[in-house]
Amino acid sequence: MDKGVTRRLWKDRVATLLVTILALVPLIPLALILLQLAVKGITSLNLQFLTSLPHPPGEEGGGVLNAIVGTAVLLALASALAVPTGILAGIYLSEYRDRTLPHAVRMAADLLQGTPSIVIGILAYAWVVRPMHHFSALAGGVALAIIMLPVIVRTTEEVLVLVPRDLRESALALGVPSWRMILKVVLPTGMVGVTTGVLLSIARVAGETAPLLFTAFGNPFLSLKPTEPIDALPLVIFNYATSPYADWWRQAWAASLVLIVLVILLNVAARLLARRMKGE
Amino acid sequence: MESTILKTEGLKAYYGETKVLRGIDIDIPRNRVTAVMGPSGCGKTTLIRCFNRMHEMVPGARIEGKIRLEGRDITSMKLIQVRRMVGMVFQKPNPFPTMSIYDNVLAGYRLSGVKLRKEEAQRIVEESLKKAALWEEVKDALHRRGTFLSGGQQQRLCIARALAVNPRLLLMDEPTSALDPKAAHRVEELISRLKETVTVVVVTHNVAQAGRVADYTAFLYLGELIEFGPTSQLFTAPQDPRTEEYLTGKFG
Amino acid sequence: MEAAKGDQLFEILSRLFALLVLTIALGGFVTLTVLSWPSIKTFGLSFMWTQTWDPVAGKFGALPFVVGTLVTSFLALLISTPFSLGTALFLAEYAPKSLKGIMGFTVELLAAIPSVIYGLWGIFFLVPLVRKMEIALSLPPYGVGAFTASLILAIMILPYATSVTEAVVSLVPEELKEGAYALGATRWEVTRYIIIPYARSGIFAGTILALGRALGETMAVTMVIGNRNEILNSIFAPTNTMASVIANEFTEATSRIYLASLVEIGLILFLITLVVNILARWITERLKVQRGGV
Repeated sequence: MDKGVTRRLWKDRVATLLVTILALVPLIPLALILLQLAVKGITSLNLQFLTSLPHPPGEEGGGVLNAIVGTAVLLALASALAVPTGILAGIYLSEYRDRTLPHAVRMAADLLQGTPSIVIGILAYAWVVRPMHHFSALAGGVALAIIMLPVIVRTTEEVLVLVPRDLRESALALGVPSWRMILKVVLPTGMVGVTTGVLLSIARVAGETAPLLFTAFGNPFLSLKPTEPIDALPLVIFNYATSPYADWWRQAWAASLVLIVLVILLNVAARLLARRMKGE
Repeated sequence: MESTILKTEGLKAYYGETKVLRGIDIDIPRNRVTAVMGPSGCGKTTLIRCFNRMHEMVPGARIEGKIRLEGRDITSMKLIQVRRMVGMVFQKPNPFPTMSIYDNVLAGYRLSGVKLRKEEAQRIVEESLKKAALWEEVKDALHRRGTFLSGGQQQRLCIARALAVNPRLLLMDEPTSALDPKAAHRVEELISRLKETVTVVVVTHNVAQAGRVADYTAFLYLGELIEFGPTSQLFTAPQDPRTEEYLTGKFG
Repeated sequence: MEAAKGDQLFEILSRLFALLVLTIALGGFVTLTVLSWPSIKTFGLSFMWTQTWDPVAGKFGALPFVVGTLVTSFLALLISTPFSLGTALFLAEYAPKSLKGIMGFTVELLAAIPSVIYGLWGIFFLVPLVRKMEIALSLPPYGVGAFTASLILAIMILPYATSVTEAVVSLVPEELKEGAYALGATRWEVTRYIIIPYARSGIFAGTILALGRALGETMAVTMVIGNRNEILNSIFAPTNTMASVIANEFTEATSRIYLASLVEIGLILFLITLVVNILARWITERLKVQRGGV
């Protein structure tokens, strides 16, 4: 073989090695994070941690029941606000395409999607906390809902646009009014895709911390009231991790494990749904 | 002279500035099968989409001239009433994917929010599926999804769905072009039998199919009705040279 | 006309909800402007290049945070780009099929981990590690600082750049690659002379998108950057970003002007990410036009 070819082959081998290394290195931090979460989290995780309220600062023990319940309340509030709004707005974008408003709304959704979550927090503060004069679960729910909204709007639109025209026309040809056609044929046909989008958006906001700092604020007591401040797992992790107490650091890891399991479950559910949709 | 169910007078159809139909006068005879044939782009699909006012759904589309259904101008009737009287079957079988066979047949009622008593619903399902020659094949699987059926069965399900609301006129847009020859043959047989209860207008680009199923045939070319008459007459003694050219495969 | 009425009602209803989305976006901009008005009026444009951040004296300038944000974001981009490019090429061209699925999943997992958990890991793993490094380099051993924040950001933005890059790389037409292979090109030569030139603007768009993420990222950065309101004099120094200073001080902002200044920082951040996202969009749109809808 002549020299040029040998050199080219060597170059190719070196490049393959380099690309492989570059691709494998990012797995190291991921492995480290998951490993440490598992090790440090599991050792601190027990039933008492999940079912009791926090102890006063500096005192050992206690749990994060308030934060688990709080996260559930916040996600429920955010979903109740964002899911119907997002689906209806998405329907508008997909069904009334040839107007100027849909174009503007699409741009607005993209703009919201790119807005840093801390800025969304400021908006919820201005729109809910200031008029109410105090922090509240509702304010946190509004912040999370604004983050969920563009994701739901755009996935709903993308999924519904794919529903075949034939299907719409055959409903109309049966004498069905178009609003019923949209709600009973188009939406159910795209429902799996819409649900996937909703689950992914919930998974995304479940771990959001920044927009909750000055809206939901946190609350060491168990609360279910939308008008009261409320705690959330991400808030607890932040507050404990930056506290000076070793026992709280331990609890931050345990809370992180709970949170990551929740987020991964939501992601897996969304992926399974998406796969089922492809299969159909 | 046959009695007429639908009559057009100087029907012109446009997509924006494009004129697709250039003044059509046709009388569709009651309880007969009428085939509309012609090369692609001749306006045959547009013609039948005018009959149930689906044409006007396309942005920028409009019509001129009159269409009378049972003597009444369809633009003066309620849209939903027109579509109840004029059913439609599409080129590709398209049962609603989220509904069972049973619900698909009842879709015209269910989707419009009409409540049916259970016995009545069952009667409609059975009758419609029998009319569509599908009952024997699916009577034990009524609650399975319609999408599990074969292509030919799906198309017959769509026919049952259209028949369930008791239309006077059934429009079919190339109903067998997406089917294999055997399934297509069964649908053709069905079409010939349907005329006992309903008038059928079937669009086809398949000359042989028109010859097999239709009592009357219309030949459309470039948006004009070139010739219309009893199928046997049109096929054996076409009046217009363009019809003859089309029938002998000179174009399209 | 019962049905037509229903149709009209439904259209109006769905349009109202669509308008709500538009209102939130426009209202957001208006709200930020109104809330930050005292600061805009008092400090004017000099807000952008004033270094002082003194809540007691009521003097506010955003320069340290603008610099902190830009330095950490670009440093993160610099660290992460070779890896995201490598991962994307690996996933699209080099990886055996069995590995591809697992690798793709792990990259998605990286994107799914909440920011606050990256921050926690940063505090207890990365900060001690950087401190050791700083001691070895005889630098002040803060551990926390702009460099640590950049490292965390680099990991966090990697999935975004990777997924966009991979999508573009897998759009390279098979016949182009096969043409080159048929001429006897090696895989590296195909990558270097066919794939990378073809996908260049897409790779750029992915990088810009990742930059948008980095600019607005809050929690992980807040937890490891050291939270010092001074302009940084070295990449290892503790400082603050626009997002982290808002996260840290918003609930403490008691005076009107203090709050307004923080909101103005939010407004600037909003505008910067807007510009960056428009840029990324513009590049991908242009890409679509060029490729004729591939």
